[in-house]
Amino acid sequence: MTFTAPVLSYSLLSPILILLGGALVGVLVEAFVAKALRPAIQLTLTLGALLLSLMQVWRIRGQESLTAAMGSVTIDGTAVLIQASILIISIISIFLIADTEHFAALPAALPGSEEERNALKSGNQITEVYPLTLFAIAGMMIFPIASDLITLFVALEVLSLPLYLMAGLSRRRRLASQESALKYFLLGAFSSAFFLFGAAYLYGYSASITFAGIREAIVGGGGNDVLLLIGIAFLSIGLLFKVGAVPFHAWTPDVYQGAPTPITAFMAAATKAAAFGAMLRIYYTVFSNAQWSWTPVLSGIAIISMLLGSLVAIAQRDVKRMLAYSSIAHAGFLLTGVIALNKAGLDATIFYLFAYGIVTVGAFGVVTLVRDSAGEVTDLNRWKGLGKRSPFAAASFALFLLAFAGIPLTSGFIGKFSIFSAAYESGAKGVVIAGVLSSAIAAFFYIRVIVLMFFAESVEDGTSVEIPSILTRTTIVFAVIVTVALGVYPAPLLDFITDIASFIR
Amino acid sequence: MLLPLVGASVIAVLPKGSEKAAKQAALLTTLAVMATTIAMAVGFQRDNVDLQFVEKYAWIPSFGINYALGVDAIALVLILMSTILAPVVVLAGWNESQGGRWSVKTFYILVLVLETMMIGVFAATDVFLFYVIFEAMLIPVYFLIGGYGTGERSAAAVKFLIYSLVGGLLMLASIIALYVMSGAQGGHTFDINKLSQLTMSSTTQNLLFLGFFIAFAIKAPVWPFHTWLPDAAQSATPGTSVLLLGVLDKVGTFGMIRYCLTLFPEASKTFTPIIMVLAVISIIYGAFLAIGAKDIKRLIAYTSISHFGFITMGIFAMTTQGQSGAILYMFNHGFSTAALFLVAGWMISRRGSSTIADFGGLQRVTPILAWSFFIAGLSSLALPGLSSFVSEFLVLVGTFTRYPVHAVIATFGIVLAALYILIPVQKALHGPTTAGNENLKDLNLREKIAIAPVVAIIVVLGFYPSPLLKVINPAASHVISQMGYADPAPTIGDK
Repeated sequence: MTFTAPVLSYSLLSPILILLGGALVGVLVEAFVAKALRPAIQLTLTLGALLLSLMQVWRIRGQESLTAAMGSVTIDGTAVLIQASILIISIISIFLIADTEHFAALPAALPGSEEERNALKSGNQITEVYPLTLFAIAGMMIFPIASDLITLFVALEVLSLPLYLMAGLSRRRRLASQESALKYFLLGAFSSAFFLFGAAYLYGYSASITFAGIREAIVGGGGNDVLLLIGIAFLSIGLLFKVGAVPFHAWTPDVYQGAPTPITAFMAAATKAAAFGAMLRIYYTVFSNAQWSWTPVLSGIAIISMLLGSLVAIAQRDVKRMLAYSSIAHAGFLLTGVIALNKAGLDATIFYLFAYGIVTVGAFGVVTLVRDSAGEVTDLNRWKGLGKRSPFAAASFALFLLAFAGIPLTSGFIGKFSIFSAAYESGAKGVVIAGVLSSAIAAFFYIRVIVLMFFAESVEDGTSVEIPSILTRTTIVFAVIVTVALGVYPAPLLDFITDIASFIR
Repeated sequence: MLLPLVGASVIAVLPKGSEKAAKQAALLTTLAVMATTIAMAVGFQRDNVDLQFVEKYAWIPSFGINYALGVDAIALVLILMSTILAPVVVLAGWNESQGGRWSVKTFYILVLVLETMMIGVFAATDVFLFYVIFEAMLIPVYFLIGGYGTGERSAAAVKFLIYSLVGGLLMLASIIALYVMSGAQGGHTFDINKLSQLTMSSTTQNLLFLGFFIAFAIKAPVWPFHTWLPDAAQSATPGTSVLLLGVLDKVGTFGMIRYCLTLFPEASKTFTPIIMVLAVISIIYGAFLAIGAKDIKRLIAYTSISHFGFITMGIFAMTTQGQSGAILYMFNHGFSTAALFLVAGWMISRRGSSTIADFGGLQRVTPILAWSFFIAGLSSLALPGLSSFVSEFLVLVGTFTRYPVHAVIATFGIVLAALYILIPVQKALHGPTTAGNENLKDLNLREKIAIAPVVAIIVVLGFYPSPLLKVINPAASHVISQMGYADPAPTIGDK
């Protein structure tokens, strides 16, 4: 038996390699560097790796390759766009994560134990969150470019495992945080099992694990359609779980609420970008010829996600839960773009992912600022009168909510418009009508929060708005600028996406 | 059009506490805008029915969206009205912005941003641009009502916003459909002229028409979509109410002409009978509500519902007189409502109450105030010699030639108008001065300057409306001929 060394195209893979390298160095730093120096070094290292990686992504834009890693990954325009979005979202999330106030000093200690109190008192902060984040980002970078089922699965696990841990790192309300981590882990494990099960059936159908092979089998026809259907269905369950679409959304509110808010921001924005990137590739290339089998079901899921997400959000009293349900609704909007299955749908989904990710990080960034002596205040009733106490926080949060609601002159409106028109063009009129309806419902609770912040009399219960650290402020200001800029003059970005977004098969 | 924005940014950079400077800057800006618009109006070619003063820049080329502006006579008249009302509102509401939740500066920034959008919404010739402004306008109004109003201001602001958003989203669905169809028929575009040449099945046309019409009917407001208006008008400051009823609601009726009739001529004909009935109901129902109103601001809001019924009726009567009448009505209604609201606002702030029954015998104590209110009221009930009479007459004549029954019923609206205006006028102004009203002050110089141009326009246009009509008529007959209608009877009115 001969063994051929794999031929790798290092320049095309460099964005991912840089991140993994940075993560490994981060682990070493955690083990060997003096405690006092760690936070600064880790932050610099992580940001450096992300920026370098982003530069590499920018450098390889316009290049296409099927054989960058022996056929396991595909580099094309869509890949570059999704990777760039993930990196930009990650960078601004890192700014939020850098505020260590949110993280347990010694996550391994039992909640409420002597050990924990000592760790808090000594002021030594474990900074393992940085390498974990980098690992997760690396997984997210591979997920949308994977082009065989094994790579896809490995990427899925690489991005998920660190996230499970990170969800349990919260300093306040540690039990809730750990509960949410466990919940996320168990449900995630289930969905991974479904995913693998689907992969096995697809292999049974096509006798291939590569996307190209499966695609050929579908185009050629003649296989056993039952195997194909089961395969598509179970694979889709795995993917839909990650984006939190109904009926696979049950983990979203609990995890969003329990996890430390900066992690929630990162998770909500970046995971969505990665998972939808992968979905776009799979549905637009692999399954596009089996459209009859999945469009009706996905349409149904999109409609329920939009309506249920918006309706249940109305009843929420907690700002993080409300944002969680709104993210479920947005998963529905994004699915609308997947269903469209045309070039306009592809462009619109990528634009929406980027715009939505930025708004999400900005919104959670504001949530991190509203605190009392026991940590963050997420009860909406205590947000009353925020506009008077902190015009900066309240006004930017209001802008983010308006963007979520899709009011013109924000990026959310352009995103919604482009995604709906693409879906309408492909004939999915029912989905568009449901989308417009749920936008109307959603507008109701977004506006209610604005009313609370600006028009309700404030309550004196010690809720205060933290003076934002320079990093958090940067994140929020950046998100505000992007949201307005993409709302007022989105043409350059839209043109850029239209030019380079494409799949090679 | 961008001039008010410049003013807004100037105010934004003014230091804190410089309230007076903010007011003066706002006044200067609105006056400058008014002068520019009047200059434009002078340069307008009357007999040219095409769009004039066209500006066009690519905005989002990948969707075929342009920043395209241009005015025809209808838009011109409405822009003229908006820009004349803006300085009046700033001047009349000199002290209104105090006692709000936020600073005086914010108030004037919001007003100026709103003025930009008001001009933009009338001048937009790109459907997408129109929609963007149509929706974005809600935000400053929402904060003006919720932040500076009185009473249940936040509830009223939310009600207003939710109603308008729902309507707007229905319109968005229709716009997306239009956009997609334009893509199938020769290239994606939002240009109103190109969109009006689309061919579509009658079912599609009907559905899309409804999407647009409901949005405009909520805005206008036509019965049964009117319930947000009284609350909003009651809670807003008088100045905001003037902008809200006088200008913003005109966007609804303007949209009916510009978008419903031009884009969907067939569907408009199909729905005309229903809309005519709705219009008549609005006229009568609004009038009855007005008679029963106890609050002076609600009263004015209800009269407006009745008046918007007339405007809608004129638009859908499909005759040149009806159309010209409706357009002129929009212009006149802006001023008569402005006068009513401003004077009512002064009455309320002097007396500290907005209940009609609290006033009495103001004629003796504050003659100028009382006279202004009287004239505004008479204009609202369309007394001959005042501006509204001409437009109401044209609408009724225009409607009668095609829909005699509707016109006759609508005429009762005028009778009712006499009731709902004259009863409060009698209670509040005439008769013995009741307790609590003895020491009210009459209008000061600033208030006199603010109200004078409005009253002047009401009186002058009542006697001599032909300059405006000469501008409006060609546009009105152009709309009608585009619809494929010919006037059924020999035309009256000065052509």
